[in-house]
Amino acid sequence: MRNAASNKISVRRRLANALALGAIGLAALVVTIPLFLILGTVIHNGLSELNWNFLTQIPKPPGEEGGGMANAIVGSLMLLGVASLIGVPLGIGAGVYLAEYGRNVRGNVVRFTCDVLNGVPSIVIGLTAYALVVLTQKHFSLLAGSVALGIMMIPTISRTTEEVLLLVPQSIREAALGLGIPHWRTIVSVVLRTASSGIVTSIMLAFARVAGETAPLMFTAFGNQYWNLNLNQPTAALPLQIFAYAVMPYDQAHRQAWTGALVLISIIMITVIVFRFIAGRGVMKGAD
Amino acid sequence: MPRPRTSGNSRQPEQPEASQAGSPRSEQGPGLVSRRRFDSKESKAADAGFKALVVFCALAVIAVVGLILFELLSQSRLSMSKFGLKFLTKQIWDPVAEDFGALPFIYGTLVSSLVALVLAVPLSVGTALFLTEICPRRIRGILALLVELLAAIPSVIYGLWGIFVLAPFLRRSIQPFLAKYLGWTGLFTGPKYGIGMLAAGVILAIMILPIIASITREVVMAVPRNQREAALALGATTWEMLRMSVLRNARGGILGAVILGLGRALGETMAVTMVIGNRPEIAKSLFAPGYTLASVIANEFTEAVGNVYLSALVEMALILFVLTLIVNALAGLLVWSITRGMPSRTLA
Repeated sequence: MRNAASNKISVRRRLANALALGAIGLAALVVTIPLFLILGTVIHNGLSELNWNFLTQIPKPPGEEGGGMANAIVGSLMLLGVASLIGVPLGIGAGVYLAEYGRNVRGNVVRFTCDVLNGVPSIVIGLTAYALVVLTQKHFSLLAGSVALGIMMIPTISRTTEEVLLLVPQSIREAALGLGIPHWRTIVSVVLRTASSGIVTSIMLAFARVAGETAPLMFTAFGNQYWNLNLNQPTAALPLQIFAYAVMPYDQAHRQAWTGALVLISIIMITVIVFRFIAGRGVMKGAD
Repeated sequence: MPRPRTSGNSRQPEQPEASQAGSPRSEQGPGLVSRRRFDSKESKAADAGFKALVVFCALAVIAVVGLILFELLSQSRLSMSKFGLKFLTKQIWDPVAEDFGALPFIYGTLVSSLVALVLAVPLSVGTALFLTEICPRRIRGILALLVELLAAIPSVIYGLWGIFVLAPFLRRSIQPFLAKYLGWTGLFTGPKYGIGMLAAGVILAIMILPIIASITREVVMAVPRNQREAALALGATTWEMLRMSVLRNARGGILGAVILGLGRALGETMAVTMVIGNRPEIAKSLFAPGYTLASVIANEFTEAVGNVYLSALVEMALILFVLTLIVNALAGLLVWSITRGMPSRTLA
């Protein structure tokens, strides 16, 4: 741009250029402000109540001092664990199908369905899990919440898995097949293994996406004031607890909500940053 | 066909290939090839079995979407037969008399999402252009990470922040200003609660910024380099180049990104529920409280008594599902037509 012609550019054009580029830069700056504001508030308000009791005790009755969210933290981790048991195998399987067998119209149907599932509002998925599991079991349960979250993990994992599998060069497949290795074994031991860190990335992306979900848990996991480690009982979850405390009229509850938010955001941010670290090292494991 | 995504992966696929080629005998292939011969009949059966397994997973995805639709339809049958199409146009929400209409909720959903788009589109397209075209390489990674982190903040935390920080700020600083200078439009009048349609729009805007920005970025990166070079060679300034070659070529995809953002905004539940005020009324002023399809389900489903009430709430979910389905399909078509269609296999 800075060539001999640049001094012939009229003032009006130069002004328009400066204004437009300034506006674009300003937009980028403005976009980052909410992140710092939100993170700043969560950390500032959350630290005030963050202590050993918060991490080890169950909630006190509303309005009373003290108590913690230990049951909600454990509940959230259990929900996410069981959800992963449902979502990860199905997601990876569908991703393998799309990359290895789905280069055709049938594949496009599955691809489109994945995108549809990805766009279904989380509250609608919650309602479906309610109808499928809660109505069958006749009560709210950890399992129902996990089904809802697991369903939400599938499209993210399968589409990302497909993308990383397609990055594995065709010649690797051919080399394996040329050695007389059966197709399925080629996929499992060569293709999937080469792309394994990319697949781990996709799982973490999905994990980060559902870890903070509240809406699908409201009529499935439901929430619980006490400990629950039983799959068939209603369970507390961090996002549910934050919501419940945020709309209570007590100052103490609000402080606890902020601390819960800090714990939740830490879990998610750590996952995302670990994912960035792995992705930064290269999606292809073989590339090391 | 080169893939548009180039987050550092594009140069890596060559390497494993090289290491593979270096070990033709398979002793060294990363421990993956067992030396036993594979019986062809046995392996054919195993191949079929494996394929059946992944086809099952793919069918499960279709089954899930089918189940969602089936459950929504069957659970809302009662309300559909009782209210018919009038459900969409009635303004009544009376659980005691079991008389329900969805219009205020549809209105609230659409208006809060539109407010969000008005705020988010210029900001996110600007951010995407900045990231791809202007930004120095050194801060690009950090800025992209910051925008991504915005997407990782859970909805309920946006809501928490909305109640205790954003709403008071709007009430004290923004709303008096808007009422004074833009009150004549009728959009910014009435009592200033802070909480209301405007707050919901602002929160939604922040939440959909990252998705619009990241897809716009992908689409913009897919515009061929030589389009830019041609404009610059003709003596265009940077902005003229952006306008003539980048934005013009990418506009379909950007529109797709915007519509995808709209789809996200329509279905957003928790943050909106916490700041919109939850009152099923249609008011012209954005200061007034409203209600959305998603938040009425979240607020009332567990407390709803009576089959008609429950069924009406499920019908709301059905409306929401159909709305997001249309919006997402539209956006998907637009984005696909620009960037990839079926993701292409890398040329090995």
